[in-house]
Amino acid sequence: MSLFWKVVVYLLLIIGVFIVLTPFLYMLLTSFTQDTFSLPHPDELLKAAKSFDNYIEAWRKNDFQRYFLNSVFVATTTTVFALFFSSMTAYAFARFQFPLKEFLFRLFLFTMMVPGVLNIIPQFTVIKSLGLVDTYSGLLLLYVGVGIAGNTFFLRGFFERIPKELEESVIIDGGGKWTIYRHIYLPLSKPSLATLGIFTFSGAWDEFFIALTILKTEAKRTLPIALQLFQGQHATKWGLVFAASIIAIVPIILIFIIFQKKFVQSTTGEGAVKG
Amino acid sequence: MTKKYFKQTWDVFPFLILGLIGVAVFVIFPLLKGIYMSFFEYNVLFPKESIFVGLDNYIRAFHDQKFYLSLRNTLLYGVVTVPGQWVFGIFIAILINAKFIKNKVLFRTVYYVPVITSWVVVSFLFKYLFSDGKYGLINFIFYEKLHLLTHPVSWLQNEWTAMIVIWTLGIWKGIGWVMIIYLAALQSIPRHFYEAAAIDGAKARQVFQFITLPLLKPTTIFVIINLIIGSFNVFIQVLLITNGGPLGRTEVLLSYMYKQAFNFFDFGYASAISVTMGIMIFLVTWGQQKTIGKEKIEF
Repeated sequence: MSLFWKVVVYLLLIIGVFIVLTPFLYMLLTSFTQDTFSLPHPDELLKAAKSFDNYIEAWRKNDFQRYFLNSVFVATTTTVFALFFSSMTAYAFARFQFPLKEFLFRLFLFTMMVPGVLNIIPQFTVIKSLGLVDTYSGLLLLYVGVGIAGNTFFLRGFFERIPKELEESVIIDGGGKWTIYRHIYLPLSKPSLATLGIFTFSGAWDEFFIALTILKTEAKRTLPIALQLFQGQHATKWGLVFAASIIAIVPIILIFIIFQKKFVQSTTGEGAVKG
Repeated sequence: MTKKYFKQTWDVFPFLILGLIGVAVFVIFPLLKGIYMSFFEYNVLFPKESIFVGLDNYIRAFHDQKFYLSLRNTLLYGVVTVPGQWVFGIFIAILINAKFIKNKVLFRTVYYVPVITSWVVVSFLFKYLFSDGKYGLINFIFYEKLHLLTHPVSWLQNEWTAMIVIWTLGIWKGIGWVMIIYLAALQSIPRHFYEAAAIDGAKARQVFQFITLPLLKPTTIFVIINLIIGSFNVFIQVLLITNGGPLGRTEVLLSYMYKQAFNFFDFGYASAISVTMGIMIFLVTWGQQKTIGKEKIEF
């Protein structure tokens, strides 16, 4: 390929990078600037003194630390339970024969094709009849429950690729199905479990719709809901809003950048990257 | 035979039961209950006092101007953002995949950042970028600096300009997802296909048209279906950027449904809107869904 076209391709990619990153850089710039009550002039944003004051204020204000910890708790717990339930269910589908197996799996597949948000109203009534509105149990049950079908689908493929012969060593030692699950399938599936874990964690961390519906008490809010609160109360103090936003998104972006080379994909990328 | 089945069920039971209960209680039951609720004037405080109204909720939607407006806006969002994300996404994937490009991982990471950034944050961000007056960044660039606009636009105060903001965000945020799926697909095409084409003297365009494109077909079906389903999910950005305004002109189905349920506690009507939406998505994607997973090409 001629040099001319190589330059054109690079140029296009760099223009694209510019379009993707400009909003983020502008957000960063605003977050380092004080006195952003009214809309700041873009030129002055560049010149104004930079400081971490907004970050310090955001971190201390509005119980932000509590919301941050709430999100850490909700996302971590969701991930642990989702991995546990999904890996067991996937193991059942991968290595057992039982009546109605393929029917049940098809049913799982079918539910994956129904957009989750459509279920929010009846799900709310289910949580309500369990008496779990405004509790983390209710929120966690929904997060874990709606993820099981997709996660099972994703993991089953990986479990089935593990050679059955490996099970023999456990069987010779007199171990049962649980030992096989714990000492063969879980350790050998670390890459796929980690991929699933990261997507589950970030999904729960950013989830807005269900949290907005289930949680009512202010002290229980997770970050996405709390950010909305920030914006409402400090209608135009953008520096503060964006400092809080950046604190909320940095953990997820870091996790993705650190682990991106380790991600595994099922055949066409279903499951792990859905949504 | 029954004995065998019983034994099998007994063995698998402890592994299967939790997942099965989870899906049954939180996905399948709600799905059925949603359909059931749509036939009632549903009383959320005292469900037993709900009144059966037959198809009234659906008939109401049929005559509801605001429902049509939300439907129009949701469909328009899909019509604009699905091709938008797809075209840019596949284009960038092909560029990054070019042999001479170094730092492939760096480009891939940068383009993926909007995808993993929370919807809430990017919604605030776009509201800020598209602020009214001269100093919103978009007005500043296109009016003050480039003089492409004749006056600073009040983006969020007008129906169609507000729509443009919502669409732009949808495309900007979704490109990276399309790119990463296509990049994986492109990289999984075995090199000997291209070598064979080179030996036969195929031109770059021919290689793309007769080798790359056909091999990407299953990926394309997967991507398009997911984008369509995703486009029906448009909600958070509308809620946070315009909240349906000005005067409800940018309302979408989900925001309308959500308001019916949780602002007016009209759960029956909201369920009818949900079910209608579900049927539409089903019809749009059904024919294609059956082909997913079946159309695998063996190398």
